[in-house]
Amino acid sequence: MTENSERRVISVIVVNEASVLSRITDLFSGRGYNITSLTVAPIPDSKYSRLTIATSGSVRVIEQITKQLHKLIPVLRVYEHADLVEKEMAMVKFPITENLSDINTLCEAYNGKIVNVGENVIIAMVADEPKRVENFLKVIKRYNPKEIVRSGAVALER
Amino acid sequence: MQISGAQMVIEALTLEGVDTVFGYPGGAIMNVYDEIYKQDKFQHILNRHEQAAVHAAEGYAKASGKVGVAMITSGPGFTNAVTGLADAYMDSIPLVVISGQVPMSLIGTDAFQEIDAVGISRSCTKHNYLVTDAKDLPRILKEAFYIAASGRPGPVHVDIPKDVTAQIAEFDYSQPVKLETYKPHTKGNPRQIKKAIEAMADSKRPLFYLGGGIINANAAYEVRELVHKTGIPAVETFMARGVLAHDDEHLIGMLGMHGSYAANMAMSETDLVIALGARFDDRVTGKLSEFAKNAAVIHVDIDPASISKLVNADFPIVGDVKNVVNEMLEISSKIDASKFESWRETINNFDDLHPLTYHEDSEKLKPQWVIERVGELLGDDANISTDVGQHQMWTAQFYPFSRPRQFISSGGLGTMGFGFPAALGVKAAAPQQTSVNFTGDGSILMNCQELMTAVEKKLPVINIILNNNYLGMVRQWQTLFYDKRHSETDLSVQPDFVKLSEAFGGIGYRVSTKEEFDAALKDAVEKNVVAFIEVIVHRLENVMPMVPSGGSLFNMMLLEKKEK
Ligand SMILES: Cc1ncc(C[n+]2csc(CCOP(=O)(O)OP(=O)(O)O)c2C)c(N)n1
Ligand SMILES: [Mg+2]
Repeated sequence: MTENSERRVISVIVVNEASVLSRITDLFSGRGYNITSLTVAPIPDSKYSRLTIATSGSVRVIEQITKQLHKLIPVLRVYEHADLVEKEMAMVKFPITENLSDINTLCEAYNGKIVNVGENVIIAMVADEPKRVENFLKVIKRYNPKEIVRSGAVALER
Repeated sequence: MQISGAQMVIEALTLEGVDTVFGYPGGAIMNVYDEIYKQDKFQHILNRHEQAAVHAAEGYAKASGKVGVAMITSGPGFTNAVTGLADAYMDSIPLVVISGQVPMSLIGTDAFQEIDAVGISRSCTKHNYLVTDAKDLPRILKEAFYIAASGRPGPVHVDIPKDVTAQIAEFDYSQPVKLETYKPHTKGNPRQIKKAIEAMADSKRPLFYLGGGIINANAAYEVRELVHKTGIPAVETFMARGVLAHDDEHLIGMLGMHGSYAANMAMSETDLVIALGARFDDRVTGKLSEFAKNAAVIHVDIDPASISKLVNADFPIVGDVKNVVNEMLEISSKIDASKFESWRETINNFDDLHPLTYHEDSEKLKPQWVIERVGELLGDDANISTDVGQHQMWTAQFYPFSRPRQFISSGGLGTMGFGFPAALGVKAAAPQQTSVNFTGDGSILMNCQELMTAVEKKLPVINIILNNNYLGMVRQWQTLFYDKRHSETDLSVQPDFVKLSEAFGGIGYRVSTKEEFDAALKDAVEKNVVAFIEVIVHRLENVMPMVPSGGSLFNMMLLEKKEK
């Protein structure tokens, strides 16, 4: 298909039960859809979990994804967000010998801070829009990050 | 009531009104088979292969409209059954398939005959369950039957570890199914229905595009009424054969790759497609961008994901096609049936130009003749199954179907080996009707072990083997698109089909003339025992007309006109 591919975030509310996650990921792989990122956690005080899936595809593909997700028996609701607040967290390990005050200032600009200091390394975290997190990770390259972990996006409709 | 998991299976099947179970025992499912031995609520049919058991359950389900049930053991029993699950999934056939599994304590240890069954069946079932506690079994089985039969039907797989079948727990089947996350939308939006009717009234060249969903929804007779009231011509998909009677003047024929010229041309010229329970399969549409190019689309389907999946619907209506057609009938008087007369005439001209036909041959029988002849001799009285290949397409083209559920064939998956076991299931569901399976010399060898089932259970299916000594359909593509390189499709080396049938206690005939065929069919019907009628047919006959793969419906390869 030659239609334009767009990044989209889809939230899925599912019953907490065995193999529900593989039902979702099987659907994506079986039908050839992308998953850019995926987060899952239980919804407090309920028997449901919420998945946030960042994906990409043409309008038609995105529509199919939401419909196919909805067809899965343990899926309660599927939201394909148009207007949403989206956040992602990243943690980065730096050698303690790097310029810590620079790193700290940068983290602050991205809603973050240094969260752990060890003998040889420090760990910093940021939490921001996925695009901005990406930017942050680009900027800190010069401080020799040893390890980077991203959480994947979570999102709520405005 | 405190009973074992195995007893619960029997109780649940009984309460669901199941009268026939197809299956094959083995270690992990033995507790359930022990209870089957003790009961007399339903009959168990021992197929001779798990794949056949599931196909038989499919045939049973399609012929009866009820949920088909199959039972198998873990490991190889289950993997043998997977083709059946996939077949039922593609053709939306309601099944509950129960498999044994190794005991809970052994799951994940690569135990003897352990395989991750729910992991495998996930992508080819509507839903599946691994039961981890017998107390969940009544709920799960009840849900399984409900999910299989409701909404867009499909197979549900229930995997039960052996220790769970031995575990004692409370059995209460009276709780209603509570599935907050599964509520099929069965009633169409009345505003959309009204708009659809208005579009039909305004259109000049509307066309009903009838799909297999109509049969699943038991809506064929309502659809017949709608077609007749509106005067709008109709094409059927392969899966919808029998929705309209073959002699209905509004029926143009089957469309698609081997559809008739008139049906495909009507679809290419229409200005309004009215799709009822059809899913725009690639074998139906040909090249999508050229499919019904100038038409608006009304699409009625129970499955929202089928709507606008491939072809954009201008009037999407999610709902049970029976409900929706009934609502349409109430307001269909807005449509002036006489308005479409010239459109019907145009279509009749297409049909006169290139009618669906074949050329007889003085030397060898033509397979199409055999099918037409069975239609003449048995007609409405027979239920017709097929295997997969040329014979299947000829059956869809030339058999005079007159009612829904008369034609049972593997459409979506195209499973060779489907026909014979499916015909056994059909016979079990409709014993008073003749069950005929049109098959090929290739297909019949996949599941010919079912001769034993047929003899043992006195299921006198008549298998008509259209023997062209080829994997004919593949040979046809090789002839047309691979410069006649007939790679591995020549089946010159063959068993003696007559003796094969006789070896199991069935009867066999080898015929090569019309007279012999008539006599054999008559005899087989009278003898009332499973039969192979091997018909020696023209080897190189092609299924025509044909839309080459990826081509447009209006660009068909046509039957060559006969030189006079
Ligand atoms: C299980 C399976 N394997 C392979 C195929 C591919 N295939 C489709 S039609 C066909 C030939 C079938 O030959 P036969 O049963 O003799 O029927 P004919 O086309 O000759 O009528 C084959 C191999 C299939 N559909 N199913
Ligand atoms: Mg053949």
